[in-house]
Amino acid sequence: MTTTNSAEVQSNLDFQEPHTRQDEESLKAFVERILAEAKRQGATAAEVAAGDDIGLSVVVRSGDLETVEFSRDRGFGITVYLGNKKGSSSTTDISDDSIRESVEAAVNIARYTEPDPYSGLADPDRLATDFPDLDLYHPRAMDVDEAKENALIVESSAQSVDSRIFKCDSSRIGAASSCTAYGNSLGFIHAERESRYNMYADVIAKDSDGMQRDYWYSTSRNASDLESPSSVGETAANRALRKLDPRPIPTGEYPVLFDRGIASGLIGHLISGLGGRAQYLKSSYLLDSMNKKVATDALTLREHPHLKGALGSRSYDSEGVATTEKPFVERGVVRNYVLSSYSGRHLNMPTTGNASGVCNLTVEANLQPVDDILNQMGTGLLVQSLMGQGVNIVTGDYSRGAAGYWIVDGKFAHAVDELTIAGKLDDMFMRLIAFGDDVDLRHGIRTGSLLVESMTVAAN
Amino acid sequence: MSDIQASSPKNQLLDSSDITDSKLEDLMGRMMSRQVDRGELYFQSFRNESWALEEGMVKDAGFSVSRGVGARAISGEKSGFAYADDIRPEVLEQTTSAARSIARQGSGTVAHVETARDVPMFYGTSDPITSVSQDDKVALLSRIDRFGRGLDPRVKEVSVRIAATHESVYIYSSDGISNGDVRPLVRFSVSVIAEQNGRREQGMSGGGGRHDLKWLFEGENAEDFAREAVRQALVNLDAIDAPAGPMQVVLGPGWPGVLLHEAVGHGLEGDFNRKGTSAFSNRIGQQVASPLCTIIDDATIPNRRGSLSMDDEGTPGQKTVLIENGVLKGYMHDKLNSSLMGTTSTGNGRRESYAHQPMPRMTNTFMLAGESDPEEIIKSVDFGVYAVAFGGGQVDITSGQFVFSATEAYLIENGKKTSPIRGATLIGNGPEIMTRVSMVGNDLELDRGVGVCGKEGQGVPVGVGQPTLKVDEITVGGTST
Repeated sequence: MTTTNSAEVQSNLDFQEPHTRQDEESLKAFVERILAEAKRQGATAAEVAAGDDIGLSVVVRSGDLETVEFSRDRGFGITVYLGNKKGSSSTTDISDDSIRESVEAAVNIARYTEPDPYSGLADPDRLATDFPDLDLYHPRAMDVDEAKENALIVESSAQSVDSRIFKCDSSRIGAASSCTAYGNSLGFIHAERESRYNMYADVIAKDSDGMQRDYWYSTSRNASDLESPSSVGETAANRALRKLDPRPIPTGEYPVLFDRGIASGLIGHLISGLGGRAQYLKSSYLLDSMNKKVATDALTLREHPHLKGALGSRSYDSEGVATTEKPFVERGVVRNYVLSSYSGRHLNMPTTGNASGVCNLTVEANLQPVDDILNQMGTGLLVQSLMGQGVNIVTGDYSRGAAGYWIVDGKFAHAVDELTIAGKLDDMFMRLIAFGDDVDLRHGIRTGSLLVESMTVAAN
Repeated sequence: MSDIQASSPKNQLLDSSDITDSKLEDLMGRMMSRQVDRGELYFQSFRNESWALEEGMVKDAGFSVSRGVGARAISGEKSGFAYADDIRPEVLEQTTSAARSIARQGSGTVAHVETARDVPMFYGTSDPITSVSQDDKVALLSRIDRFGRGLDPRVKEVSVRIAATHESVYIYSSDGISNGDVRPLVRFSVSVIAEQNGRREQGMSGGGGRHDLKWLFEGENAEDFAREAVRQALVNLDAIDAPAGPMQVVLGPGWPGVLLHEAVGHGLEGDFNRKGTSAFSNRIGQQVASPLCTIIDDATIPNRRGSLSMDDEGTPGQKTVLIENGVLKGYMHDKLNSSLMGTTSTGNGRRESYAHQPMPRMTNTFMLAGESDPEEIIKSVDFGVYAVAFGGGQVDITSGQFVFSATEAYLIENGKKTSPIRGATLIGNGPEIMTRVSMVGNDLELDRGVGVCGKEGQGVPVGVGQPTLKVDEITVGGTST
């Protein structure tokens, strides 16, 4: 295989320099070349996504650098249609030869797949035409020495919290700049730049009883919005410390408060059940739930795709369809499924612009301070971390490993671990009885702590 | 499509990019000039094709290619790492220069790089993607769909998937390695939804290994996966709520060996033990499991999903005894951690791709057979759970706590397997649970080849296995108290 280089895209490999406006134009031109090649090879329709990501990750351990990693990921994916037949291919090789071969591979596959009446590009009238500045790109030189200094502060802050901190197992600073473009044969073409910064601490606390590990991280589009290094280190250390000296509790039915760090995952299970594919494959515990009540009246879930500077913001989805603000669940009742063009056609509904998932999905409820919720709970379990995959979206059966704190009379009593919490998702969402105001903005789903009235807690 | 069979992985990866032996020597010399302990270049190409059927239609299929080089410079405990999706001399220079920036001190020696050594190969090199025609793949998917639906009128949906990958790697490092490996891998999976009186349940089955796709067309291999998925879905239609709390648990043979992967496997990886952060740290020579337990990690079993002729640092695949008659014998190592601990690599240095750094990972991890009759093991339980299929697991290696989630399980009442129970998570502490293994069956099975192990964001294919075994007490996460 010979490699012919495409000069527009293959700028010199420079791990430090963020993307420019010119990079967006180059990437769009690259996408258009691939679309043209697809047309030349006989595709009746085609869509292409291309990306160029640059990143730096610095890990500090025991007062010194442990790893420095420079990353550069480029590539593209193409889907071609021969009428209603579809084939896809993707590659990290951006040479002209590779473009031709990738299109060939996709066209070859499309000859063998079967005609599917629902397949095809998005409906033209759904494509985004408005591209507001969502404030997603805050470029910054990626500097190893600066990242190292910050990571050292994370580590030393964690270690100085308490003598029971065994070690900060790693502290990591990450920076990434990405440029992505999407285009299709309907004439849609657009490129975006985004930045992302992370700061992470992984801390081990130790006493005579054993070791416990926990972590904390901060993430944002703008480096100046990150939590301070000392705050990240101290928070991780305090979380690990609180897990020390776990004591047993009896197996039984208890109220369970999902900590802000894991509550978004719980809401995510409901959203999975409303997914278009789960609906048309009849593999959802929320099958045919449109306009039906699936959660407590107190809960509304609305997505806000155009929030300035938010981690989940986007003006169009992976098919070029305009994203819109809308409720999925309103006062406990399903108002929208999570649909792409394909699953929408299959269910005889328009796409919701969610081919790439939900954007800044926000819990709207009567948000309360967590201390008030703990008092309301009285005696019960505060879950800080969950383990395992025991969630069945087909049946709604929920059973996962858990660790956290035992709460008595609204107060922290002691750590607990080696527990399972189990229930049925439909029942758990009906029995969500309190919503924390400690909203965690680090996830695509924005929620604070969530209190489920009762679940089965199995303990050793 | 390039023809990989006709040339060595080294030629296949480097020849088209004008990278000669003298260029490699020159790059390594420069990488080592900053007094790096070990420099490494890892070239990889990876091709994957997958076909998926749902709703009776072969709707979707995809082909992907990735190709690139990762450069790593190691100095003491420090690693500098950079990678590029482009194998060209000038890109290699920038990549190696970025990688070496970490190192300001080190030994800086370059060993004489040997010409490629012959290592035993545990799988063939032919390309599984082209091992059967596209027509045959499509026809197989449709045949298995009809077969699955025909097994029982309660079957409402059948999804079938075929995936094949062909990977070539070539490693050039300053400690004398110049070696390549070609790795085929295939996977077939069937998932069904069955419905009865408005209740829907899922059943899943799958398998594969480091061989080609002709295996799917032998005898009733493909049909057997469909039978298994349908059987599991139908069993679950009658499942009752699982019990909650600590109790006796019997685990079936094969894939339930995910217990060992989570309860002991990860905790015996060299990096955690070098750093002293594993619940098994500093416990070599100690009794860490019941004397009935002998657990090994074996990369050398022909054609298994987790097998490796050589690992991703060029060390030949090996068979490593981890626990023998309950006594901890050794850890799984890569080069970095073994050299810092004063020992040698066990051939467990693995990476997801050129864009990831190697670390100690499992290959095929399993417990050797014991002496008990599996029927006798179930008979010995008054009340407990018999679990035969699992979705997957997770472990916190520091506290030793691990979970794994059953997807097919039954109650045991008075020594008899009775009602199926709903999926439940089992949770325990690895070092404690292994001391509670009280019976080990004579029916060792390896899993059918579906496992993906994730660690620090990197996924690699692995195998697990075990005979039927009994754990005297483990917490079962049901809803019935």
